Amino acid sequence: MLAVVGTIPDPGFPLVADSVTMECGVISVDGHRASVNRGTPALLAAAARALEALGQPPPFAYLVGDTGRGDGSRRLYEYICGHLERENHRTVALHYMQPDVEWHRRFMLAIGRMAQPPTLVADAGFMYAAKMSGQSQAYDLFTPDIGEMAFLADEAAPHPFYTRGFILHEEDRVEDLIARAYTHQNAAQYLLVKGRQDYLADRDGIQAVIDSHTEEAMEAIGGTGDTLTGVVAALSAGGMKIADAAVAAAKVNRLAGFHAHPTPGTQVDEIIRQIPRALDEILDDAKA
Amino acid sequence: MVPFGFLKRSTPETTDHRTADRGFLVFENTTEVIQAENILRSGGWKIRVMGPPPEIRTGCDLVIEFPLIEGLKILKTLEHAGLDPLQTVPVTSPLLEPVGLFQIKDFGRYLMVRAANMKLTVDRETLTIVNVSGGGCPDVPYLGEQMVGRPLASAPEPREVGHTLCGYALQMAFDEMRRRCSQS
Repeated sequence: MLAVVGTIPDPGFPLVADSVTMECGVISVDGHRASVNRGTPALLAAAARALEALGQPPPFAYLVGDTGRGDGSRRLYEYICGHLERENHRTVALHYMQPDVEWHRRFMLAIGRMAQPPTLVADAGFMYAAKMSGQSQAYDLFTPDIGEMAFLADEAAPHPFYTRGFILHEEDRVEDLIARAYTHQNAAQYLLVKGRQDYLADRDGIQAVIDSHTEEAMEAIGGTGDTLTGVVAALSAGGMKIADAAVAAAKVNRLAGFHAHPTPGTQVDEIIRQIPRALDEILDDAKA
Repeated sequence: MVPFGFLKRSTPETTDHRTADRGFLVFENTTEVIQAENILRSGGWKIRVMGPPPEIRTGCDLVIEFPLIEGLKILKTLEHAGLDPLQTVPVTSPLLEPVGLFQIKDFGRYLMVRAANMKLTVDRETLTIVNVSGGGCPDVPYLGEQMVGRPLASAPEPREVGHTLCGYALQMAFDEMRRRCSQS
């Protein structure tokens, strides 16, 4: 089963831990609903659509309201540190959370107490926390965009806001950025770098370039990175090896974008609706 | 050959990761330090007053260690109290400065500005914010909800509703977007 840990941009959203259902374009967890526009709800919606198409159970979500003060995130860190070890999640996707080094350390200890260590996928604030904590290598996959890739490459930067200027955030330097991140042990076992082209890399360098169905507008659309992480996590939870899941998910996300005919003003729910169709097409191509 | 190898300065072995999410606030004098300490403690933030590291050569002989990620909200809180720190720097690398470069992408009708990890896109014909993307702190989805669909001229500013360094980066993109759109 896939578990997702993240936040909802609503200070009144309570801490919940339950399976996710989709109702009329919104996600619902333990009777609490959240609209799907970006962030963890977009990840969950993409994962739910993908898992449904794969015939797998829906994602299990650990969620809390947090609009940036970090209080909700800290309550959720505490909850998962006390509960994860009793669960049997095949894949855990860690997402929008206030980066906190001490809580991240405790989270890694909790993961270590699980009977079956899950595949760990991190994006957004949780990826920042992993890098800050010097524990990136404990993760199976990070999904940075090019700005976040520059942050991972800069061993001195505690947050992307402080990435040094000489580390250019340009996609044509992505190979150098990947190498630098691995040199300083600030990368997961695999990196899926999102951009005009998507790159799957490990410590030996770039292993795959995914450039099918390029839609320039996707970079501007909030949530398209979240949907990619959601599809990778769903495929991993469905039993696919993480490197294969990353390549397939990149193809699915790009094809879903293509089917949505996006402009820079498109909202991500239009792309999420295309994920089942795109997933079918990519998996059929893989079988052929 | 390892790319950028000649620039390697600190290694994972030497970095103190325990303080990687902390920053220093540097003030002109100890009176300001004490005022800021009282304000931030009453606001519920976990802070510590301590001596400055040798890299910090300005200000008085006390600094406040604070949660770096929440820098935007903390600076706004101090500003409302009339306090303006001389410097705000990461504990692990006090010489680092915020990202100062912008990446611009021209989609024709739409213009996207990126600052660090945050991207803001505006419809040039209507001067409306159509998307906010990137980032990883929990105020980013909230800022997106508050700003998308609003006119650039009257949208809430990230500094007013955000809390984190991602919000700070979005403010920089927002300021740059307003500057560019006012020229066209």
